[in-house]
Amino acid sequence: MISERHLPKLMALGVLVLLLLPLMLNASGSSYLISTATRLVIFAIAAVSLDLLIGYTGLVSFGHAAFLGVGAYTVGILSFHAYEGDTFFGLPGTLSGLIVLPLAVALSALVALAIGALSLRTKGVYFIMITLSFGQMLFFLFVSLEKYGGDDGMMMFDGRITLPGLDLNDRMSFYYFCLACLIAFFWFCRRLVASKFGRTLQAIRQNEARLSSIGIRSYTAKLLIFVIAGAGAGLAGALSANHTEFVSPALTHWTRSGDLMIVVILGGIGTLLGPVLGTIVFLLLEEFLPLILHSVGLDLLSEHWRFVLGPILILIVLFAKSGIYGLLFRSRE
Amino acid sequence: MSQLVFEQFLNGIQLGMFLFLVSAGLTLVFGFMNIINLAHGSLFMIGAYSIALISGATGSFWIGLILCLPVTALAAFIIEVLIIRPLYTRDHLDQVLATFGLILFINEGTTMLMGRTPQFVDMPEALSGSVTLFGVFSYPLYRLAIIASGIIVAAILWFIITKTRVGMQIRAGTTNREIVQQLGVNIDGLNTAIFLVGAMFAGLAGAMAGPLTSVEVGMGENLLILCFVCIVIGGIGSIRGALFGALTVGIVDTMGRSFLPSILGAFLDPASASGIAAGLSSMSIYLLMVIVLVLKPTGLFPVAGRIS
Repeated sequence: MISERHLPKLMALGVLVLLLLPLMLNASGSSYLISTATRLVIFAIAAVSLDLLIGYTGLVSFGHAAFLGVGAYTVGILSFHAYEGDTFFGLPGTLSGLIVLPLAVALSALVALAIGALSLRTKGVYFIMITLSFGQMLFFLFVSLEKYGGDDGMMMFDGRITLPGLDLNDRMSFYYFCLACLIAFFWFCRRLVASKFGRTLQAIRQNEARLSSIGIRSYTAKLLIFVIAGAGAGLAGALSANHTEFVSPALTHWTRSGDLMIVVILGGIGTLLGPVLGTIVFLLLEEFLPLILHSVGLDLLSEHWRFVLGPILILIVLFAKSGIYGLLFRSRE
Repeated sequence: MSQLVFEQFLNGIQLGMFLFLVSAGLTLVFGFMNIINLAHGSLFMIGAYSIALISGATGSFWIGLILCLPVTALAAFIIEVLIIRPLYTRDHLDQVLATFGLILFINEGTTMLMGRTPQFVDMPEALSGSVTLFGVFSYPLYRLAIIASGIIVAAILWFIITKTRVGMQIRAGTTNREIVQQLGVNIDGLNTAIFLVGAMFAGLAGAMAGPLTSVEVGMGENLLILCFVCIVIGGIGSIRGALFGALTVGIVDTMGRSFLPSILGAFLDPASASGIAAGLSSMSIYLLMVIVLVLKPTGLFPVAGRIS
């Protein structure tokens, strides 16, 4: 185990690796993996945003994929109308990233405000279920949007959004753009949880009643972090739509919210870095476990790699107290 | 028209009874053992596969129905001892992750054993066909049998929970485990018993679903989400709540699917009406749950004094 004191150095090293990754992949002739790496980076943004809720505030949201959907559909719908050349409630479509991205984030934040305002009336397991319900309602809302492909979703025929001075349709540029988003968001979250507001959040997780009795309104703080986390997931959703150039309700399905929860718990809640590690491990296992099983001669299991992944998850829960982060790092206390 | 309304209403009750069979175990495990078991849906699937296999091999639905109970109980026993027991004292989140891993394992294992083609179960001769109710309405006998078995299970549970000593211990344990344990009740034994009984109800529901739907991998998960909705609407740990929640969800869902398109069609043009109706009817139970939780944040029949 490594002491947490070395964390800043290791994170700098990690950023360096992520920066050099596409160059290494290109050099080794496996540039197709850049797309996998991009997916990983985008998923990590969503996982980090969920950790703000689960890990720091103790709010287990089972509907976080709803905000991925809002972000993605904002991008998709604007791109759709730009392609068709018509208008959406009188507004023209656009592919300009300077409009699309802030709008996607703002709309996700707005939806999070509405969902949070109602959901935060409940606690514990009831909160898990009410967020799940809102997620499902958005899922079925997107399914019923026949104009935008309904069940099947829609392609972005004009390609990715445009930014001045950066061609996002280029694989490398898009990876670096997503990585920049992840680093910025991660840095923001680190600052946020270390701030006074962050202390309030952690106090809510530990003992909400005590916090109220010293006169701090926990509801407002919870609502604010719910909106921030929703905005983060909205950003991830917008990036994800651009990555696959495809938007569909599947992004909002409850299993997607489940996946997000799984990577956060797997990585170690309340650490921010943990969910990033969890994303890396989970997506890499998904990508490479079949290959690994195949190469050690377990061909039957290679097709059914989930049969192996399941017990791995169970073992991690039973034997690693706080996920992968807990396995790697020794707490300073 | 009245035949249709009547039939859909009974279909709603039938779906509700079905949901109740699965939810009853889930709410007890959740309320009493304080365990979130995502793999409860897998027990439902195990019940369905065992009846498909056993009745396929023996040619008798009834042998399959009877034998699926010990099979599900055995599976549940292994799960309880190996995985659930170490999780008692752990956080809900750990339970979610571990039982999610269990779903992957069971689903993929089933795919390896049984392949991806759905299995079918023949309806028993004695229960096929329809009956005429109140002299006017005709209704499939098999669905009526599901409603009846739901009522029987509800009655048995009601008797055990309210009239017996074990039931009293369960009720007390749902409110406060530690105190009941301190009073000398063997909580571990009760835990295992409750888990097995809940699993057998889920297995029974799976077996009875066999002739109505195709038996396939993943059939448990979507049902599981619906059952969580039922027990949350009713209030976690409450059997009465689970029954009420399950019937409400069953009726709202079935009626919404059958009648929303024509109701909306009266106001909107047919094309958009069908799209919106499909979306709205799928949403309806979630909307119901949101409304219930916003008004009553711990469900309709909260267990008094339960620390959640």
